[in-house]
Amino acid sequence: MLKKLLICLSGIGIGFLNGLFGSGGGMVAVPLLKAAKVEDRKAHATSICIIASLSLFTLGVYLYEGRVQLRDTLPYLPGGLIGALTGAWLLTRLPVKWIRLLFSLIILYAAVRLFFQ
Amino acid sequence: MQWVLALPPAFFSAVLGALGMGGGGVLLIYLTVFLNMQQMQAQGINLAFFLPVAAVSLILHIKNKLVDFRLCALLIPGGLVGAYLGFRLAGSLPEGLLRRLFAVFLLLIGCKELWSAILAFRHPEGEEKPQK
Repeated sequence: MLKKLLICLSGIGIGFLNGLFGSGGGMVAVPLLKAAKVEDRKAHATSICIIASLSLFTLGVYLYEGRVQLRDTLPYLPGGLIGALTGAWLLTRLPVKWIRLLFSLIILYAAVRLFFQ
Repeated sequence: MQWVLALPPAFFSAVLGALGMGGGGVLLIYLTVFLNMQQMQAQGINLAFFLPVAAVSLILHIKNKLVDFRLCALLIPGGLVGAYLGFRLAGSLPEGLLRRLFAVFLLLIGCKELWSAILAFRHPEGEEKPQK
């Protein structure tokens, strides 16, 4: 019962991040699900389902309040769809640790740039 | 032209996302750092971008019975409340502060990713983490 309550409460935190930054909910949801003893692959898949539901809702609010126009998002969709399929195909064929290293360096660079922009 | 320019960043964000590295964040970084877009607008685009990409992988995951719907049902209601509160806060913060908060969040994520990369290099046999 307590565990269920904790899970519900952490949902608020995940949603909060996703609403505040328009991203990042998954970064918290995956470790959280793993902590709740969900197996790795299931944690990833389940977090996508959760974040997609929350993102759909949040996007609705952004659109309703005029923070973004749907038209501005369209150019990013073709590349996104091809990328998603490519990534799924690459998943079993690439040394993930090198990508992870590169990814972390890009993020740290962006963090510094954004902070002082 | 805008469509052509959007292809590479969207492609790489989605590839990283599919590899489990929070690809949504990469597009957001591109929009804010390189296009100097307003933080809120970039966030909105990022949300819309994530949805079809997520739908593609969700179809596969549901087919493979990897989605735990019971946990979804527990987490999503609170998540909706949180998402609304987060949006409200984002809308009321000054542009510069929201961007800096996001920078701090990225710094934390970056350190965590760097750490797991280092761990993966030190224990090459368990690429990600040993599966049970």
